[in-house]
Amino acid sequence: MVDATPILEVKDLKKHFPVRKGLLRRTVGQVHAVDGISFSIGEGETLGLVGESGCGKSTAGRAVLRLIEPTAGSVRMAGQDITHLPKKALRPYRRQMQIVFQDPFSSLNPRMTVGDIVGEPLFVHGLAKARERREQVAALFERVGLRPAQMANYPHQFSGGQRQRIGIARALALGPKLIVGDEPVSALDVSIQAQVINLLQDLQRERRLSYLFISHNLAVVEHISHRIAVMYLGRIVEYADTRSIFVRPQHPYTEALLSAVPVPDPTVKRQKRILEGDVPSPVNPPAGCHFHTRCPYAKAHCKVEAPPLREIAPGHHVSCHLR
Amino acid sequence: MTVIDHNAALARAGANVTGWWSRTLFFARRYPLGAVGAVIVAAFVFTAVFADVIAPVDPTATNAKYSLAPPSSMFWLGADFMGRDMYSRIIHGARVSLAVGAGAMGLGCVLGIAIGLASGYLSGWVDLALQRLMDIMQALPLLVLAIIMAASLGPSLRNTIFAIAIPLVPSVARVVRSSTLSLRELPFVEAARAVGMGELRIAVRHVLPNTLAPLIVLATAQLGSAILVEASLSFLGLGVPEPHPSWGRMLSESAAEYVRTAPWLVIWPGVAISLTVFGTNLLGDALRDLLDPRQRS
Amino acid sequence: MTPQLQVENLGTWFYTRHGIVKAVDGVDFHVAAGETLAIVGESGCGKSMTALSLMRLIPDPPGRIVSGAVKLGGRDLLKISEEEMRKVRGNEISMIFQEPMTSLNPVMTIGKQIAEALILHRDMNRQQALKRAVEMLDLVRIPEPAQRAREYPHQLSGGMRQRAMIAMALACNPKVLVADEPTTALDVTIQAQILDLIVELQREFKAAVILITHDLGVVAETAHRVIVMYAGRKVEEAAVGPLFAKPLHPYTAGLMKSIPRLELMRGEERRQTERLQEIPGIVPPLFALPAGCAFAPRCPKADDLCRRERPTYEEKQSGHWAACWHTDG
Repeated sequence: MVDATPILEVKDLKKHFPVRKGLLRRTVGQVHAVDGISFSIGEGETLGLVGESGCGKSTAGRAVLRLIEPTAGSVRMAGQDITHLPKKALRPYRRQMQIVFQDPFSSLNPRMTVGDIVGEPLFVHGLAKARERREQVAALFERVGLRPAQMANYPHQFSGGQRQRIGIARALALGPKLIVGDEPVSALDVSIQAQVINLLQDLQRERRLSYLFISHNLAVVEHISHRIAVMYLGRIVEYADTRSIFVRPQHPYTEALLSAVPVPDPTVKRQKRILEGDVPSPVNPPAGCHFHTRCPYAKAHCKVEAPPLREIAPGHHVSCHLR
Repeated sequence: MTVIDHNAALARAGANVTGWWSRTLFFARRYPLGAVGAVIVAAFVFTAVFADVIAPVDPTATNAKYSLAPPSSMFWLGADFMGRDMYSRIIHGARVSLAVGAGAMGLGCVLGIAIGLASGYLSGWVDLALQRLMDIMQALPLLVLAIIMAASLGPSLRNTIFAIAIPLVPSVARVVRSSTLSLRELPFVEAARAVGMGELRIAVRHVLPNTLAPLIVLATAQLGSAILVEASLSFLGLGVPEPHPSWGRMLSESAAEYVRTAPWLVIWPGVAISLTVFGTNLLGDALRDLLDPRQRS
Repeated sequence: MTPQLQVENLGTWFYTRHGIVKAVDGVDFHVAAGETLAIVGESGCGKSMTALSLMRLIPDPPGRIVSGAVKLGGRDLLKISEEEMRKVRGNEISMIFQEPMTSLNPVMTIGKQIAEALILHRDMNRQQALKRAVEMLDLVRIPEPAQRAREYPHQLSGGMRQRAMIAMALACNPKVLVADEPTTALDVTIQAQILDLIVELQREFKAAVILITHDLGVVAETAHRVIVMYAGRKVEEAAVGPLFAKPLHPYTAGLMKSIPRLELMRGEERRQTERLQEIPGIVPPLFALPAGCAFAPRCPKADDLCRRERPTYEEKQSGHWAACWHTDG
C-alpha cells in the first residue's frame, strides 16, 4: 500500500499551548497537547488516530493541516516540508489537504446556500468561472448522494447525514490527496453512520484518497483503517497495522481500550480489564511513561523514564518498557 | 385525565400558518406588545417619509396674528408663539427625529461593527487597546458624552448625528466582538481557513453575517435612545438648529414660558417623543424574543 | 416476576408549527425489580421522550402526555397531583442524564446536592444527610469520599461527576432508575467503569433500571430485555439473547448490520473490501409519517400492504414481539 514517498509524513510533531493566569496573562505552564508524534500515510491509505478525549488527536490533525501552528517537528506533504511555509506559499498545498468535521451543524455557515459553501473553495483558488463552478458543484453534489436541485437551499434544511455529505463535498472540491476526518461520523445516527462510512470508502477507492481518520470509536476505526496509531496524553503509545493492533495489542493501554469496547453481541462474554482512575491532566503529565498511573503492570522504572516508540515486529511500534 | 383540545393546542403552536399575512397575524397574537410597537414605528416612519404630503401647511411659515393660538379647526394642535402650526411642526419633527435616529444608529453600527470585528478577530493587543477605549467611552452615560460631543462640534443636523453616533459605538462593538469571539472558533470558519481563504474575507463573509441577528435587536432598542438623546440635545440648544422643527427644541422653547398659558406647546412634542421611544422599545423587546434561537421551538 | 413499573398505552404529543408530532405513540412496557430494560433507537425515535414522560418532565407547551398510565406501586403517576409527583421524583423514580456537568448545580458542593434529596424525601437532618451522602459517594467508588463531598462539580472529572450523579440518584433507594444515555458523553474506558458500576449497584439495590441508549454494544452487555423504537412506536421487543440472535423487525436487523462488527477483535477473518450494510434514506419527519408502516420507505421487504396498513404489534415467538407484516419470510 505504501509508496516510496508517502503523501503525509509527520516527524516529532509537538504542539504546546501556554496556560495563562492572572491579570497580566502570564504564562504559568504549558499544555503538552501533542508531545512529539511521528507517523506517515501512503497514497490511498487510511491511518486511524484513536484515543480518548484530551489525548491530543484533534490537535494533531489540525497541526498537520497547519490550522494551528506546530510548536516543533515537521510535516511533509508529498515530500515537501510545509511546516514553515509562509501563508502564500502554503496555498497550493491547501488544495491537496482538506478536513471534514465532526459536528454537521456548526461546520456549515448557516447564512450561505449549500451550493455556495461547496463552490467557495473553487472561487477562492480562482479555479473556475461562475458557470463552470456551478457545474462542478452539481457534479460534487451528485457524487456524494445529494440532488443538484438542492444547491440553492440553506444548511438548516438538511438532516445531519446530508450536512455531513455537504461537508465532504466541500472537502472534495479542490481535488485533495489527503483528507483529515476529525470524528466525521461520531455525531451521526447508527444507520446514517454506515452511509457516510461507505461513501468515504468509495471515494477513497475512486480517487486514491488518503485519510487521517481521527476517532474515539474503535469499531469504526477497525472497519475503515489500514493502520492505526493509538494516542495517550499527547504521545503515540502503539502504531501498527489494524490486524496487529486488534489481534495482538502490545501496549497495556491499547489492551484496556479494546477490552472496554462494548461488543454488540450478548453471546460474547469477555474478561474485561477495566482501567482504574481517570486520564491525568495534560498540563502536568506524569513523569516517565504517561500511562504508569493507570497501568496494572507498572514497574518502578516506568515512573522515571519515558519509553521510546520501538519497532518490536515488522511495522509494529510500541512504547512500553515491558515489551 | 383532562380532555385535550388538539385543535386549540395546534393553533397556539402556529400550525397551518402559511403565507405572509397569516404569519404576521400569528406573531401579532403571540407578541401583542411587539405588534403595537411595530405599528407605532411604522406610523412614525411613514409620517417622517411623507411629511410634506401629510402636513397641511409649511411648518416654518410664521404668522404673528395667530401667536399662541389654541387648538381649533384651523390649528388642530394649536400654534406656537410665532404662529407656526403645531400639527405640521410635529409631523416634520418626525422627519428630524428619524433622520437623526437612523443616521446616528447607522453610523454607530458601521463604526461599531468595524471595531468589534477587528477586536474580536485580531485579538491580542489590538483587542486590548480597543476594548479599553470602549470602556472609557462607556464610563460616561450616552447623554453626557453626546452633550460633550455636540458642544464641541457646534449645533447642526450633521454634527448632531455624529455626536449621537459616537457614544453608540461601544455597545455595538461589544455585541459584535462577543459573537465574533465565539464564531471564529466554529468549524465552518476553520474550514474556510483550511481552504486557504484570506482572513479579511473570512471575517467579512463568514463571521460578519452571523453577528447580525443580535445586532438588529440592539439597533432597534438603541434607536429609541438616539431619538431621546436628540430631543435632549435640542432641548439644551445643542442639537438640531432652526429652522428644522425638532421635538426636543419645541419643548425647550415653550417649557419655561408658556407651560401655563399654552400647555399644548409642551404636551404634543412630549407625547410624540414618548410614543416613538415607547414604540421602538416594544419592538426591540419583541425582536429580541423572536430572534433568540432558544425561544424558537 | 411482578413488574415494579407498568406503562400502558403511553402517548406524548407535541403541538408544533408543522402539526402534531406523536413523539411517543401508544407505548406499553413493564420492568421488574432487579431487571434492566433497554430502550434503543436513533435520535427522534421517542426513547428520551418516553423517559421524560415517566418523570412527567415533558415541557408543556409544546408537549403533552395525551394518553396512558404509568403505574408504580399501585398508583398511576399520570393521575396524581404535581405536588405528589414531586415527592415521587428523586425518591421512588430517579433519573441519570447524559451530561453530568449540566445536570449538577455548579455552585453547590457535591455532598450538599446529594444531601438535599435526603432532607427533602427522607426527613433527615443536615448532619445525617451529609453523612449518608459521604456513604453514597463511597458506594459509587469515589476515592476519598469525605473530601470529595466538600468539592464542587467542576473540580471532578467527567467520570467522577457521573458517579456523583448515580450516588444522588440512588440516595433515596428508588424503585426505578431511568438512565438516559448515561455513558454517551464519556470516554470508552470510563464508560466501562460506569456501566460496571450500574450493573453492580443494581444487584445491591434491586432497582428496576430503564436504560435509554443508541449503542447496541452497551445494550448487549448490560440489558436483560430490549425494546426497539422507531418514529415514536415500539417495533420490536425481546430478551437480549433472542433479539441479537434473530432480530425479527427489518429495522432492528438493519441497525445490527450497519454497525462495524469488530471482527478482528473477535478472532474472525475480515474481508477488507466489505461494505457496511446501509439502511437507505432517513427517518421521516414525525409530523408527516406515511400511512402504513413508518419504516416502509426504507425497508427492503416493504410491499403494498406495508405502505397501506400499519402492522399490528404481536407476539411472533414466545416473549418476542414485533410490528411487521413480513417476519416469517
